[in-house]
Amino acid sequence: MTEILVLADHAGESVKKVTFELVTLARRFGEPAVAWAGAGAQAAQARLAEFGAAKVYAAEGPEFDDYVVAPKAELLAELARRAAPAAVLVPGTPEGREVAGRLAVKTGWGLLTDVTGLRDEFVADQPIFGGAINVTSRVRTGTPIIAVRPNAITPEPAPGQAVIEPVAVTVSDAAKLARVTGRVVQERSARPELTEASVVVSAGRGVGSAENMALIERLADRLGAAVGASRAVTDAGWYPHQFQVGQTGKTVSPQLYVAIGISGAIQHRAGMQTSKTIMVVNKDPEAPIFELADFGVVGDLFKVVPQLIEEIEKRSG
Amino acid sequence: MNIVVCVKQVPDTWSERTLRASDNTLDRDAADAVINELDEYAVEEGLRLAEAHGGEVTILSMGPERAAEAIRKALSMGADKAVHLLDDGLAGSDALGTSAAIAQALRRIGFDLVICGSESTDARTGVLPAMLAERLGVPQLTLASKVEIDGDAITVHRLAEYGYDTVAATLPAVLSVVEKINEPRYPSFKGIMAAKKKPVETLGLADLGIDPAQVGAAGAATEVLSFARRPPKQAGTIVTDDGDGGIKAADFLAERKFI
Repeated sequence: MTEILVLADHAGESVKKVTFELVTLARRFGEPAVAWAGAGAQAAQARLAEFGAAKVYAAEGPEFDDYVVAPKAELLAELARRAAPAAVLVPGTPEGREVAGRLAVKTGWGLLTDVTGLRDEFVADQPIFGGAINVTSRVRTGTPIIAVRPNAITPEPAPGQAVIEPVAVTVSDAAKLARVTGRVVQERSARPELTEASVVVSAGRGVGSAENMALIERLADRLGAAVGASRAVTDAGWYPHQFQVGQTGKTVSPQLYVAIGISGAIQHRAGMQTSKTIMVVNKDPEAPIFELADFGVVGDLFKVVPQLIEEIEKRSG
Repeated sequence: MNIVVCVKQVPDTWSERTLRASDNTLDRDAADAVINELDEYAVEEGLRLAEAHGGEVTILSMGPERAAEAIRKALSMGADKAVHLLDDGLAGSDALGTSAAIAQALRRIGFDLVICGSESTDARTGVLPAMLAERLGVPQLTLASKVEIDGDAITVHRLAEYGYDTVAATLPAVLSVVEKINEPRYPSFKGIMAAKKKPVETLGLADLGIDPAQVGAAGAATEVLSFARRPPKQAGTIVTDDGDGGIKAADFLAERKFI
């Protein structure tokens, strides 16, 4: 059976959810073979097997963490040369896309980004212009390289062997030009990551201050959600930049998106309008965000949100 | 220091963006065109680095005639000169073709530092800077929220999900910036007037020795098969808070099994 090469996204031995999404997607087209760059493959084996990975190419070595992106692209190119997969799936994260871009240059194979689904023959669904238009596209040169948007595919368990196959790849000097000299971890909260979360609670200008973000965080924690913010909020310094949802921030498509005090400028909508269910709280009934709402409350967020939190607590007993 | 900033003209997010039915490419006539927002941050960073370390800022843009407007905008911010990569044969290029053409133009221009916005607001692939680094064989310093240069040593903060990495390299390099890096200046009246006199060189495929079969729609390794407007969302339930808005919201979440 043909292999589908899947680039794992992981932090050490902790496997990112998008990896399971990719493996789930890969199963429809062939045997998922996971490319694992860096340490941790042994510890992750069982988890990868749970989602049906047939094989894990484990390339140990510090280079993959010590240098920016290029070593991972070399690994994928080498594995693709050896295993001749039918397609290469990479996480549609900023780094995953960069790896894919370098792989495309190395191989001359076509690359599709921000893919939310694959049909027969690797015909890809891509929402463009902030989800306003859906496009189908395909790679016509070489093996398809597909960067899949995180959270677009529902990971489904299936038994796999996840046989570990150690691979020795010599990373070239040309891939060691940008050296990682330090790693700064900020705001390590217990909340799920924004692009992975199945529920996102986002705040906009209406929240009014940095202090009031605590209210948004409380609601997020009741829902097991990630916290997001509109650009107005991050530009004002009320919440860190990396939580910005929108055209110049992250694109999210969770099961539930709760927009609080967000007017819904197109800039913001571009980052969230493919969310499956959208709930809105805003005091302005004319706010364009209501056009996207499955359920909306016109009202003062400082009354509605505390009551909602209280109600969730009550119902969860 | 010889700094080249890549800018792209994109359809304004605020206008109606669509594709052309004839060839499934962007309908450039249907939308207002602006300089890609993140590219303004790239121009700003280029100007700041040139001001601090000396040197010249060249704008490089690939696009149709109309892209000259985006080039003028960048020049009016203070860049010194520009190169417009303009050729009908480039129309319909995908990321691979675009990166091949831009890399070739960069080799011709020469550079110590190439600066790009980290992605464009239209295609949003975010792959071009990495592709340029791969093609040019120089360090990839992408997703930068902070840049420091000391001689030929360059250090950046690379944005990550958990915070950032510090990354070090030696020039020449390709840099891409995120919006956190600076606050782009507005062109002054003087700057706008001066931009009209700044040199803009136009280069085509033949000038750069690029094989037409490698670029444009014909050379693209990907193709769009079809497109359709997203069906309009069914109108949702909107209630006005009468003191029980939070309760109704909880009812909705319960009904959808989120709580």
